Amino acid sequence: MSRMNFHISDYCLIRHQKIFRKGELLFTGTEQKPVPFFTEAYKHFGINYPKFYKMDSLCKLGLLASEIILQAKDMPCRGEDIGIILYNAASSADTDRVHQRSISDRETYFPSPSIFVYTLPNIVIGEICIRQKIFGESTFFISEKFDPHSLYEYVSQLLEENVMECCLTGWLECEGDNYDGALFMVEKCTTIEDGIVNFDEEKIKEIYSQ
Amino acid sequence: MEQLIAKLKAEIIDALNLTEITPESINENEPLFVEGLGLDSIDALELIVLLEKKYGLKLGTAEEGKKVLRSVKSMAEFIRANNKG
Repeated sequence: MSRMNFHISDYCLIRHQKIFRKGELLFTGTEQKPVPFFTEAYKHFGINYPKFYKMDSLCKLGLLASEIILQAKDMPCRGEDIGIILYNAASSADTDRVHQRSISDRETYFPSPSIFVYTLPNIVIGEICIRQKIFGESTFFISEKFDPHSLYEYVSQLLEENVMECCLTGWLECEGDNYDGALFMVEKCTTIEDGIVNFDEEKIKEIYSQ
Repeated sequence: MEQLIAKLKAEIIDALNLTEITPESINENEPLFVEGLGLDSIDALELIVLLEKKYGLKLGTAEEGKKVLRSVKSMAEFIRANNKG
């Protein structure tokens, strides 16, 4: 069965101390570790959302990537019409480990509520939804590696079945000193503007490999 | 009391990751929730953990929690009343 045509109207890559939007380098940081780099970028882009500081590293990465895409233009759709479908390999393992350490010793058993709340990867979706007032369908998949085929098939199906009108989707990975963010805005659009590219497996792969 | 309030402010900043806030900018009489520092329910749990971890104090009831966690000053008074500060 042939698929309907959808478009990638925007995308953001965050890796190796750099942030790109639609292929353009927007920011190069000086900090190597994820959290100091994310904080550096947060300040650079003038984002004003104090809750950012309380988030775990995965949420910081997701919030940054979504801000960069959604700050740049008006949201193509709102509320229940926009969904979020994300993937990664490490789930929330970093935060899970921090939580595990806080409960491993019976003598100093003080689990932190503000750490515990981030011991699920889909919390990053919740944080983006709260910030951007997004109420549509959402799912966080755990996958061994970035899988353009799965992403393309699943998001296309949701758009075809009118579950959503546009979708913020991609790969958000953060574990130890490694981070890798690739977020795409996929739309059902009727007008082809400059910079809009077809949403297909090859294009997703090509953008991710930039 | 002043020393305890200053110590408590630093501990709250550390426990809640309020990296943009300085102890001096916190008014000890201001409400901690909604107004003032604008803390939320997870922060409230974190403050309860702080009282237990640093001062060995447990809050008995939700009503007591509301009174104790109203401001930095009310937290300090609770600590002092229990001879922990």
